[in-house]
Amino acid sequence: MGHHAADVAIRIEGLRVVRGGRRGVVVLPNLDLLVPAGQVVGLLGPSGSGKTTLMRAIVGVQTVASGTVEVLGMPAGHPELRRRVGYVTQAPSVYGDLTITENLRYFAAVAHAGPRDVDRALADVDLARIAGRRVDRLSGGERSRVSLAVALLASPDLLVLDEPTVGLDPVLRRDLWDLFGRLAARGTSLLVSSHVMDEATRCDRLVLLRDGEVIADATLADLLEETGAPDVEHAFLELVDHRARRPEEDR
Amino acid sequence: MSARLTWATAGRVLSQVRHDPRTIAILILLPCLLLWLISWMFEGTPVLDQFGPLLLGLFPLVVMFIVTSVATLRERTSGTLERLMASPIGKGDVIAGYAVAFGLLAVVQAVVLTSFTVGVLGMNTRGSLGVIMLVAVLDAILGSTLGLAASALARTEFQAVQMMPVVLFPQLITCGLLIPRAAMPTVLEAISRVLPLTYGIDALQRLEVGATFTDVRDDVLVIVGFIALAVVVGATTLRRRTP
Repeated sequence: MGHHAADVAIRIEGLRVVRGGRRGVVVLPNLDLLVPAGQVVGLLGPSGSGKTTLMRAIVGVQTVASGTVEVLGMPAGHPELRRRVGYVTQAPSVYGDLTITENLRYFAAVAHAGPRDVDRALADVDLARIAGRRVDRLSGGERSRVSLAVALLASPDLLVLDEPTVGLDPVLRRDLWDLFGRLAARGTSLLVSSHVMDEATRCDRLVLLRDGEVIADATLADLLEETGAPDVEHAFLELVDHRARRPEEDR
Repeated sequence: MSARLTWATAGRVLSQVRHDPRTIAILILLPCLLLWLISWMFEGTPVLDQFGPLLLGLFPLVVMFIVTSVATLRERTSGTLERLMASPIGKGDVIAGYAVAFGLLAVVQAVVLTSFTVGVLGMNTRGSLGVIMLVAVLDAILGSTLGLAASALARTEFQAVQMMPVVLFPQLITCGLLIPRAAMPTVLEAISRVLPLTYGIDALQRLEVGATFTDVRDDVLVIVGFIALAVVVGATTLRRRTP
């Protein structure tokens, strides 16, 4: 494998996704994206911009209409990627009628991970104290951390996290972003979606998505410099306004 | 597919059931209650002796079908199925894991129900009780594997719930319970031959009039074949990618 391929975690060309079958909605009309390896890349955009659909295409659970999605040098959904890519959906996908430990033990078996991985994942999301509790008796934030812990079991090379910090208190949010930073330092690639623009400061790189199109793909510093905006929220507005003006200039 | 992951899945499903004692109670006691109602309603008539063995096969089949389709439906709506489909588990492991877990429950259910109907309600049969129990267990396992196949075929939650009438009702109508299959129009009789419940009911009808295992061996083999087929259909139609 060439040097270039190793630096790229995700390579997407001409991705078109229609959600909901033949008469569905075009969520991603024609998307190109390169996600570098070993970094925390924030996928920011309002609700309905296509973040979840893009993530589903990357982990290979989304039927795609056309285009190529290459993950860690392999086509998305490749059987080998199922061991190397961790995916956390927006709604916590764990068994409510099992305890935290029972959930992790089952998913550890599935991911070919051992008891030590269960302990490590529990410690990473700070749930070791209440590991014996049933998941349906947990708060929403605790539940989403269980879901995150499941994805950490196999120590994946790429973590795809869909809004992992929604509903968490500021301390926990900070702790989780610290964890994401540590994982990236260990060489894990992370793609983290959020609709909270201020989480951009914790990302190495930002991808701004709107109506299924990438409107920016840069570091935070470059983005602010290019748009002259004081923060990501304003940079986003500036880019949207700029694109709205552009068709008139073309005329 | 791997035996380890099938077993891990079966263990996980059984843990979930274990955390829900009321489900276990309904699963085991409901068929007993229904048979008790029938024996009470027809007290002093030979109805229980005549139809009891058929119901031993029928009630567990229906109950297990519903329980299994709802359980897999929950797996779908909770997002855990999508998570599993993005992980290194085989589709066959998920389906077979469910089949093993609910198969074990089906054994308990059928054994309790048969013992209750014979021991407490006093049903008399001329056929061997052991063989009746075997057919009842197989019917219950058939119900749960049909439930698995049906909910794997379904694309949405609504479809999954509709599978009960779609899959079970035609079988109930043509299996020979309402009128003997010999008296049916030729086309319906032909249809009944490719539906699994026909063989379950046929076996129980024979056993009720004193058949031995050898007489119903072919029926038993056909049911086992349908169980295997349902697992294969379930595993091959489950989709890793969804629209």
